[in-house]
Amino acid sequence: MPYTIAEKILGAHTGKEGVRPGEFIEAKIDLALGNDITAPIAIAEFRKSGAKKVFDKNKIVLVPDHFAPAKDLRSANQCKVLAEFAREQKIKNYFEVGCMGIEHALLPEQKLVLPGDLIIGADSHTCTYGALGSYATGVGSTDLARAFIDGKCWFKVPASIKFVYKGKLRKWVSGKDLILYTIGNIGVDGALYKAMEFSGPVIGRLSMDERFTMSNMAIEAGARAGIIEADEITLKYVRPAPRKFKIYKSDSQAHYEKIYEYDVSHLEPQVACPHLPSNVKPVGELKNIKLEQVVIGSCTNGRISDLRIAAKILKGKKVSSGLRLIVIPATQKIYLEAVKEGLVETFVKAGGVFSTPTCGPCLGGHMGILTEGERCLATTNRNFIGRMGSPASEVYLSSPAVAAASAITGRITGPDKIL
Amino acid sequence: MIIKGKVHKFGSDINTDDIIAAKYLVSTDARELGSHCMENIAPGFLQKVKPGDIIVAGKNFGCGSSREHAPLAIKGSGISAVLAKSFAGIFFRNAINIGLPFLELENADEISEGDELVIDLSAGSVKNLTRNKNYATQPFPGFLQDIVTEGGLINYVKKRKV
Repeated sequence: MPYTIAEKILGAHTGKEGVRPGEFIEAKIDLALGNDITAPIAIAEFRKSGAKKVFDKNKIVLVPDHFAPAKDLRSANQCKVLAEFAREQKIKNYFEVGCMGIEHALLPEQKLVLPGDLIIGADSHTCTYGALGSYATGVGSTDLARAFIDGKCWFKVPASIKFVYKGKLRKWVSGKDLILYTIGNIGVDGALYKAMEFSGPVIGRLSMDERFTMSNMAIEAGARAGIIEADEITLKYVRPAPRKFKIYKSDSQAHYEKIYEYDVSHLEPQVACPHLPSNVKPVGELKNIKLEQVVIGSCTNGRISDLRIAAKILKGKKVSSGLRLIVIPATQKIYLEAVKEGLVETFVKAGGVFSTPTCGPCLGGHMGILTEGERCLATTNRNFIGRMGSPASEVYLSSPAVAAASAITGRITGPDKIL
Repeated sequence: MIIKGKVHKFGSDINTDDIIAAKYLVSTDARELGSHCMENIAPGFLQKVKPGDIIVAGKNFGCGSSREHAPLAIKGSGISAVLAKSFAGIFFRNAINIGLPFLELENADEISEGDELVIDLSAGSVKNLTRNKNYATQPFPGFLQDIVTEGGLINYVKKRKV
């Protein structure tokens, strides 16, 4: 029987060859993730249940990254709940500030997620790991509590939708532009409760960093997963792997609910305008959109290649007078690499600030909150009303290249206008 | 379970930042979260809500983040059920897991702000008393009904653990 990659991975974790869309299953998970916002509820539920020990201390990851380093007293309390639980349960993969990074950049970097894995995370952007050819999906805190207890999770098997990208990308066009274009095309519920599968020659040439960016935003089209089949680029990234893994590929006869084919040869850099990630326009159509702030970072675009592109554009330039440029590396490893390569010097000399890893401003937590009437261009993933602060502020979303170019001019600008 | 209340109408793609802004996620208390429910998009909503009232929305309700604080905030605001044309995946799970009553109703557009509804959750039926209209919805599969009737996911799991 032919199956898609999603149906095979979910099947393998229920002891079957594959499962069918619409089926309800209870599957064994390989890894469960929580952060400083979602894990405190999960830990409270775990304790309320009367459970004493987690199902497997090596299959739980706790990352205080959203409001950490703690932005205030109440956040500090939430982070402390994680630290104490990790100590009590001897959870090895607890990442204190100093080792901490933004979870969805950190877990692949630490090789905690591998191809073929079934991963749940109490964070919607858990779908990022689909870029490794795994089935990774966001769940809630109660789901996480349940996984702590018995290592299982319930799933409704999603139908799969295939996206095939053909052609050759123009200069400055990246994985971020592909995913923004896709969400603009299908809408914020265009893949509601589906597994998106990204494929085609353009995906085959994308770096792992850009693939993570694409899978990361599958949730912004309503998808349960955003999967890219593992290939040589994936294997180079995960090897040497700390444990065995299995590569799953979709069968040629597998059933897709829909197949979208895009020729992306003429695609311009894309920008999502307020207040939905689907409100996407080519950068050239946006004239005179004045900015107060630019943020480069997040689980979507805070990886080393993102910082390299931004630094390349900003080198020897100054950010526009009165504009705040905030650059946030996603992990400590990326931070150190950016220091070594001189990227930090470029950002600081340009008039930007360089922060410790945190989700911070992306969700309006800290480190760059917008007040009434302010406008920000961010390399993050959501631009809902009030996402980064005041409900009377505006967030635009773009690639690091567009963000860096715009920081220089103070208006939304294509990178080809600078370099 | 029968729910009777007045309708508070919302559009499509109501996201979790609309339901409860991230700055309030330093709390896990439903009543505290509830006191900020929908404040960015519908100031004044909370003053109008009476216990038993019902949210009726368009497609993709609860899109965005995984925060379970969103269904908790809705419960804490005094709202007793949500009807929408469709729900986002994680919100759907969370609502089941914490026991926030909800139904998918294709004809949600025919219901207006202030209408009085009676919902029979186990039958999946919706009666609009103001407009004298009846709707039948697809009941949840047995597996999900078991989670809800057993008082949420954790109780469901406890009962099955040897």
